[in-house]
Amino acid sequence: MAGIPLPLQGVRIIDMTIVWAGPFATVLLGDMGAELIRVDSLQYPDVNTRGQPIVLAASLVGGGGGSYPNKDPGPRPWNRSSQFNQTGRHKKSFTVDLLRPKGREIFFRLVQQSDILIENNASDVIENLNITYDVLSKVNPQLIMISLPAFGRTGPYKHFKAYGANMEAVIGHTFLRTYPDSDPTSTTGVYLADAAGGASAAFAVLAALYRRTKTGKGQYIEMSQSENVTHCLSQAFMDYSMNGRVQGSLGNRDPARAPQGVYPSAGDDMWITISCGSDEEFEALCRLMDKPALIGDSRFADSLSRYQHQDELDPIIATWTADKDHYQLFHRLQQAGVTAGPVLKVSEVFDDPHLVSRSFWEVVEHPEAGAHVNPGPIIEMTKTPLHIRARPPLLGEHNEYVYKEVLGYSETEYQQLVEEDFIGDTYIVARQHQAATERARGSS
Amino acid sequence: MPTALEGITVVDLSHHIAGPYCTKLLADYGAEVIKIERPEGGDPARRMGPFFRDDPHPEKSGLFLHLNTNKKSITLNLKTELGKKIVKDLVREADILVENFSPRVIPALGLDYPVLEQINPRLVMTSISNFGHTGPYRDYKMSEIVAYAMGGVMHATGMPEREPIKLALTVEQFLVGNVAAAATMGAFMGALIHGEGQQLDLSIMEIQVGNQDRAISNLFTYQYSGEPIFRRNREVVRSILPGGVYPTADGYVQFAGFQISWWERICRMIDRPDLIESEYFTKPENFYGNQAVKEEVDAILYEWLFQHTKQEVMEKAQAEGYLTGAINNMEDVFNDPHLAARGWFTEIDHPVTGALKYPGPNFTMSETPWRAGRAPLLGEHNREVYCDRLGYTPEDLVRMREQGVI
Repeated sequence: MAGIPLPLQGVRIIDMTIVWAGPFATVLLGDMGAELIRVDSLQYPDVNTRGQPIVLAASLVGGGGGSYPNKDPGPRPWNRSSQFNQTGRHKKSFTVDLLRPKGREIFFRLVQQSDILIENNASDVIENLNITYDVLSKVNPQLIMISLPAFGRTGPYKHFKAYGANMEAVIGHTFLRTYPDSDPTSTTGVYLADAAGGASAAFAVLAALYRRTKTGKGQYIEMSQSENVTHCLSQAFMDYSMNGRVQGSLGNRDPARAPQGVYPSAGDDMWITISCGSDEEFEALCRLMDKPALIGDSRFADSLSRYQHQDELDPIIATWTADKDHYQLFHRLQQAGVTAGPVLKVSEVFDDPHLVSRSFWEVVEHPEAGAHVNPGPIIEMTKTPLHIRARPPLLGEHNEYVYKEVLGYSETEYQQLVEEDFIGDTYIVARQHQAATERARGSS
Repeated sequence: MPTALEGITVVDLSHHIAGPYCTKLLADYGAEVIKIERPEGGDPARRMGPFFRDDPHPEKSGLFLHLNTNKKSITLNLKTELGKKIVKDLVREADILVENFSPRVIPALGLDYPVLEQINPRLVMTSISNFGHTGPYRDYKMSEIVAYAMGGVMHATGMPEREPIKLALTVEQFLVGNVAAAATMGAFMGALIHGEGQQLDLSIMEIQVGNQDRAISNLFTYQYSGEPIFRRNREVVRSILPGGVYPTADGYVQFAGFQISWWERICRMIDRPDLIESEYFTKPENFYGNQAVKEEVDAILYEWLFQHTKQEVMEKAQAEGYLTGAINNMEDVFNDPHLAARGWFTEIDHPVTGALKYPGPNFTMSETPWRAGRAPLLGEHNREVYCDRLGYTPEDLVRMREQGVI
């Protein structure tokens, strides 16, 4: 048993992903052992993923999106952005300029040495760079390439740009998750499309890799992230398809599980979910609440009537939960057979005893961002346990490895490429900014 | 035309949503998926709505019909000795087994991985469970709302003055199936290359905590900046650029924009190029994090937004390169010109419901087709699998039915 390699060891992937969906695909593949070579460029900073190369102090508004350790971008913000580092593990960073002929040549050498290319840029980026599959498959017919733009590479929205939240609006998710008594302004932007898109992309390239073992040939895969995530809305989709019914939001309720909801618990902004999936669960809840009379109450006698009368049940449950600790409620309810769970704050989830007991968290040290607790691989493999083997890369950190070991450039050629600004560890715009700042300092 | 996963055989002991979505992906791209259902009623998803013409019937559940395309259905009682033997016979010739029972069930049936591995050392066994096969919550129950609550982002979803709110329907369970499909293919490729299978212990809770649906972002932002993401109904006032949900003449749109260079796009969208160079709006102390100036900008925006439909707003914003989506209901989705132009909706016929529109391919492969086959009737493939594949006679099938095995 000991010593079986990781499942995808030996598979080399060119990572041209941005923001969330593409990087999540390569996180899954890297966790399983694939080698990931991320294409960075000194000339064209990937601001969507590594953040702005020069960060204005005024732009450091808290909460959400990317952020920097202690809100300090430091001299090299691109190495300190949470937006990049959250999905940077196992990635190797090499720099090249695809707009110059020599850069194309370098990139084509990498294509020859790779199995898979993953990219989720806007549809026109790959076309404008003239690195479509038609071009790259001539360089390496075994190459598998996937593009996952927001809406696909054909159709009227081909050029539309969108984050997960925008796609989910268009495909009907946002409409279905408002508070039932409110409109879509009550919703928070969520990014299910990114997670689902990343997972489907990882699945897709592995399916193509399997096919390649039989044919020896690669292929091109096109995924519209919006279409992919629409599958997740199955019930609403099929109801319209079968019955012409336009479903609205059920909020926290579920007709198959009543009562179901979120109830206050002890502490500031603390909550517990309770979700009764059967008569037995409801009876157990009533006994725990010391309200046995509710069991015989005709309003709550069966799941249908409980769903109809949940407005009357909710205050009774909320009164019972309001002064109790949500973790203690969780254990009491679960041990009595009632489906329940605390609504965990981000500060609590790190200490959750279950995740800790499964050794889910892993501390990753980073020379420019510091040490942070990472969620470990979400795929638990019993014979080849997956762990974080490498931290997120600094910009250009793996240039030596990629240029010399993978692509076979000599030391002399390498130095020439450094001179020509193909290879480096600082964006050119940042370098110019630093030089200008120093000049200004010198003259003042 | 051969499919991508032609030649892969999957024994599917899964039910409900997460496991079946995993095996749907495998089946849609060509794997042979043999779905084992309980003789009484089959997969519980057959009892879940919506139903065709609102008629609750085991062959008319829209959820089941969608989740089980391209699969074969056999009925089998796993609690009988013959049932267990048949599973083992199927595993001998299979590549993958997918199950999402609670962790106690498979060992109790004597079908745990160490047993099956003896029969087929290359078997990949994908086990999906609420909290995983170890740890203090192992035997606890879970439903969609509990998964989202404990995964960490429900606390940051909804309005600050109200209770946290879940996402729609059962989307998190679909996401679990999606991750499970990727994991299964990864382990399968490992078994193919290295000659040895293994079991995957996938925890729904961990997939929630560690996925890209804001969860990873929230965990990192909190550690980096000390600030968690809060519930809010609008984007935090990062800049005067519109972000979050805005009203239009006939509904709502979702905007997203962060970069100062995008101010120009918004000005062009509302046909106010005069504002592009406005020193007042673009000086950093007014542009970033300034509630009062944002309200001024919003007032200008609202005037324009109320004169345009959500579709018009999306098209005009996108023409300028501003991230925007119209907030559509399902009728809008079915009438969306883009999905129609791509021919994405796929009509699939079915003996009980007739032809219906289904979601089309998750992705399109240039050399290997997606399959648009229907979901099976309960036990539809009993004869094919038991007689043609395993060598039982039709008379055996009669006895197996009498004995409650199938």
